[in-house]
Amino acid sequence: MSAEGLPPPDVVLDCLGRPCPVPVVELARAAQRLPAGTVVEVVSDDPAARADVPAFCRMRGHAYLGEAARDVGTGLRVRVA
Amino acid sequence: MPHAAPAAGPAPVLLDAAAGVPMGPQARAALLAALDDGWADPARLHGAGRRARQLLDGAREALADGLGVRPDELVLAPGGCAAARWAVQGTRLARRRAGPRVVHSAVEHSCVLHAVGDDGTAVPVDRLGRVDPAAFAAALEGGAALACLTAGSHEVGTRQPVAEVAGACAAAGVPLHVDAAQAVPREPVPAGWSLLTADARTWGGPASVGLLAVRTGTRWRSPLPGTAREEGVDLPAVLAAAVGLQAAQALGPAEAARQRGLVDRVRARVAAEVPDVEVVGDPVDRLPHVVTFSCLYAEGEALLTALDRRGFRVSSGSSCTADTLEPSHVLVAMGVLTHGNVRVSVHAGTTADDVDRFLAVLPDAVAEVRRAAGVEGL
Repeated sequence: MSAEGLPPPDVVLDCLGRPCPVPVVELARAAQRLPAGTVVEVVSDDPAARADVPAFCRMRGHAYLGEAARDVGTGLRVRVA
Repeated sequence: MPHAAPAAGPAPVLLDAAAGVPMGPQARAALLAALDDGWADPARLHGAGRRARQLLDGAREALADGLGVRPDELVLAPGGCAAARWAVQGTRLARRRAGPRVVHSAVEHSCVLHAVGDDGTAVPVDRLGRVDPAAFAAALEGGAALACLTAGSHEVGTRQPVAEVAGACAAAGVPLHVDAAQAVPREPVPAGWSLLTADARTWGGPASVGLLAVRTGTRWRSPLPGTAREEGVDLPAVLAAAVGLQAAQALGPAEAARQRGLVDRVRARVAAEVPDVEVVGDPVDRLPHVVTFSCLYAEGEALLTALDRRGFRVSSGSSCTADTLEPSHVLVAMGVLTHGNVRVSVHAGTTADDVDRFLAVLPDAVAEVRRAAGVEGL
């Protein structure tokens, strides 16, 4: 999915070089403190994050918005519940 | 080489039966006897050779019988992975005009995926890990050399709609290969396949024996050079595989039902007693012996280590536990969590007490891993 049509991120979490479950843990921490509706982008180069961020959103009721291309890794955009 | 002191406490419990189980007493006895009695080349015409031929014919008959095929439909391969590879390669060789494309589910074993290579079309699975027969049928349009569908995978155990997909393959004129490595010897495989593969290691046979059944009338050619149909047949190992299969199948449906009950218990208690866990796969329409679940925020490798320290040997589909550092393609295809993954598979030697003791230590092991990572209360 391209970044086109995705809402811009309010917060970017740089998880480059950090293996799963770190990107999901960082997203969970951010989701705890951020108001509902905030758009968060998790930037990760771990292949597991592309599977785990959407799965985490499904389990926790956050809205997974899609992937945005980055120079390094992938931006995984989420609207926190 | 220095020897480690024997560990104190109860013997470790194997809950990774999908990868293979230790050899049982009957298979072991057959193996040892065959080292003396069946060492010769069955192609030789002297007494020892004729004896080896006799033993090989008997073992082939027993293995064929175990799979429900004729002896001349059975090809002995040097391992389960080789059997799956030969199924793919041999069908492509014999069906060159159909082109190299192979249609397969997204949750096939990596042995199958590696054999298929780049000329494959993966049919997606749902959240339970099952293909949609209509989507599979649609993927067959335009023709294919072969279709591959596991009866149920070693990772998730969800049964695949083999009969429906076999119908679609027959209608499209495409042979179907069913990977039955986990179904055999626990349950019958639905009819309709053209090629079927199994792995002796999963029933306590040697790792050097894989079975490929090719139904009469199926276009298949051995991928071996020259005119050889088989190669490197290890007769003592084949005898042990045959005796092991008979022993495993003699336990019958009652043993499959017992294993199903053990897995039911794991599924229910893990979901109830481990916080932030997702037990995945079909809870009912599944192979008897496999269950996998993922623990949020936990690292798979740390979980395996924490459980191993407590005396339980399990497996994981998390990327940190894989040689490739890629997460399990099965879990990814299902859209479920890949980190913190634990795979439990039981066998005839697994007792209810083993499972209960595992379930008793599991919540603490998960909590320990989460505590060490500082992710509690998220």
